Amino acid sequence: MRALQAEGVKTIFGYPGGSIMPVYDALFDYTRGEKKCFDHILVRHEQGATHAAEGYARVSGEVGVALVTSGPGVTNTLTGIADAMLDSTPIVVIAGQVPISALGTDAFQEVDLVGVAQPISKWSYQIRHAEDVAWAVSRAFYIARTGRPGPVVLDFAKNAQVEEIDWEPKKVDFIRSYVPYPKLDDEAVRAAAELINNAQKPLALVGQGVELGNAQEELKAFLEKADIPAGRTMLGLSALPSNHPLNVGMLGMHGNFAVNLKEQECDVLIAIGMRFSDRVTGNLKTYAKQAKVIHLDIDHSEIDKNVKTDVAVIADCKESLPALTALIHQANHHEWRESFKPLDEKERVKVIEPAIHPKEGPLLMGEVVNAVAEQASDNAVLVTDVGQNQLFATRYFKYHHKRSICTSGGLGTMGYGMPAAIGATFGAPDRQVCCFMGDGGFQMCIEELGTIMEQKAPVKMILMNNNYLGNVRQWQDMFWLRRKSFTKMMNPCYELIAQGYGIPYQAVTDRKDLAAAIERMLTTDGPFILECAIKEEDNVLPMTPPGMNVNDMMLEI
Amino acid sequence: MEAKKLYTLLVYSENVAGILNQVTAVFTRRQVNIESLNVSASSIPGVHKYTITAWSDEDQIVKIVRQIEKKIDVVKANYFTDDQLFIRESGLYKLSTPQVLENPEISRTVRRYGASIIEVNPTYTIVMMHGVTEHIIELYRALDSFGCVLQYTRSGRIAVTRGMQEQVSAFLEEREEKKK
Repeated sequence: MRALQAEGVKTIFGYPGGSIMPVYDALFDYTRGEKKCFDHILVRHEQGATHAAEGYARVSGEVGVALVTSGPGVTNTLTGIADAMLDSTPIVVIAGQVPISALGTDAFQEVDLVGVAQPISKWSYQIRHAEDVAWAVSRAFYIARTGRPGPVVLDFAKNAQVEEIDWEPKKVDFIRSYVPYPKLDDEAVRAAAELINNAQKPLALVGQGVELGNAQEELKAFLEKADIPAGRTMLGLSALPSNHPLNVGMLGMHGNFAVNLKEQECDVLIAIGMRFSDRVTGNLKTYAKQAKVIHLDIDHSEIDKNVKTDVAVIADCKESLPALTALIHQANHHEWRESFKPLDEKERVKVIEPAIHPKEGPLLMGEVVNAVAEQASDNAVLVTDVGQNQLFATRYFKYHHKRSICTSGGLGTMGYGMPAAIGATFGAPDRQVCCFMGDGGFQMCIEELGTIMEQKAPVKMILMNNNYLGNVRQWQDMFWLRRKSFTKMMNPCYELIAQGYGIPYQAVTDRKDLAAAIERMLTTDGPFILECAIKEEDNVLPMTPPGMNVNDMMLEI
Repeated sequence: MEAKKLYTLLVYSENVAGILNQVTAVFTRRQVNIESLNVSASSIPGVHKYTITAWSDEDQIVKIVRQIEKKIDVVKANYFTDDQLFIRESGLYKLSTPQVLENPEISRTVRRYGASIIEVNPTYTIVMMHGVTEHIIELYRALDSFGCVLQYTRSGRIAVTRGMQEQVSAFLEEREEKKK
């Protein structure tokens, strides 16, 4: 408890069990009365604890903490750990473990946690004795939050939980084999600046690294000085406000049309804290071959991993962006920026307008997201689940404030939305949290409605129900001869479910009721479920089919 | 596509449990087979040295090295081609003594390769050879052609760089400076 306190932990998401009982017993005193220093949020399933810790970390910039028991308790967290690994989210998972005397004996609720967690965590460690606790906990938080953040797993043997020792605080802020912030190479910065200064058609690709490095202002200064248009990855959406004049939209398979085409036309591509995921690049063999590539990243292993770079600047972008800004010339790329507009207009007419302002027929996801975005407060946090709901929500939500998006980008974890939104309400208690989910993902962690009920967590849940696993159905229609293999789904009565949990609920089937229902949702204190009856077979557009070239993006099917 | 070459990786890590798993997992994920592996204490106290060989192309090896070096407790990882290293491996050959006595060509072959006989008893003879992979394998083929080999095994590679010092020392000194 004191080790956690020393790391500034305030909120713990957890679920007790046999092998973690000594910790829970100690926690009892630290969550009430004089000694109170933590809030413990009892989740309904351990997966929820990790996603909640992720949501908490994503909006607050602090390390999220999950506390669970051994065996099934911790195997349930593996999805969240892998999710945090792929999306560079700082969380620490503390799990009970059988006493060391029982290790390797297939004891009750024993699992080789360090073994299974190693490939999906930034660091995993087994605490075998009480004297390791202070060191290991401090090291865990140091590793989770520094450099490129990520999940850390502590496997806490039960004997170490009960051994008594004299408390000796330990602070780890140096590990000789770990260099979280590589030294900025001035030569690389100069080379990058030269490329940018000679560019006629520069294009920046902004990723979550900018948010993680807290370099949103540095990014703006950089882009504005050289007048560089910038696309954002899904995780980097709120690194640059939606209404910024240099923002040219979202990258990727379902991103914006112009920016995807322009990746194949720019002469200098400046990637900032992003990792050239296959969902962004499409076919690597044809991706941005005409461009010189500059890659700013804190993680050396990302350089040349997917896209060959001409200049790599390996450092925290909080440091590299100002260094670069100092060396680049004021520029004006008006003509280049204007060339995006006809393509934007094409997308607006063909895709956006029909999606957000349909004249007839059933409700569409795009219009629901757009209607929520119109009424949501400026600092609202967008949380999404995974699938069509995620793609529509990320496309049509508006971002005004940094750290405004929680979505499972890398692992694509259905069920992420609801628990992550719970975490976000604790990580940013003064901000509105709007969580868009489909009927599939809503049911994947539906048990967390219990947590929302108990905590009165003000999650505004927008359930976009199309009675389908919509994204897979879209692929079946497009690539699998319309054979809808197990994507149609029978749904329960969500109103009764909401009632069971005592959560205010409203259904919308008619377009004319949408705005008022959203207003009611946003003005109701506490949680709310807004179920929208969505057109069953709608498609997310535009789309670059998997493995195709980014410039093959389709505006219609 | 670049041609595949045999690369030698020298990896230095802290002496903590579980690193070997993490290192080999990087190869597995990238679908590269490890050809040979040797792990031992290095000349730096508390630091272990892994000598790993694998057939790959340079692009792939660079990615593997960076992903290994990213592991928290890995101090340094580098890759080399054979011309940058002094390399040794060992071969052990267990031969049938009656056949060795019967065919003098066998002993002549052993001597020609600079291998040594380290134990002889009425049933078997143990021959040992230090050298580079090809020579050790050549000797095996030569002996095998006489039909006298009962068992044969070859060690993993050990290697030192042609530089003056374990290159990791400078890095560690620099890190210790930083700590102060």
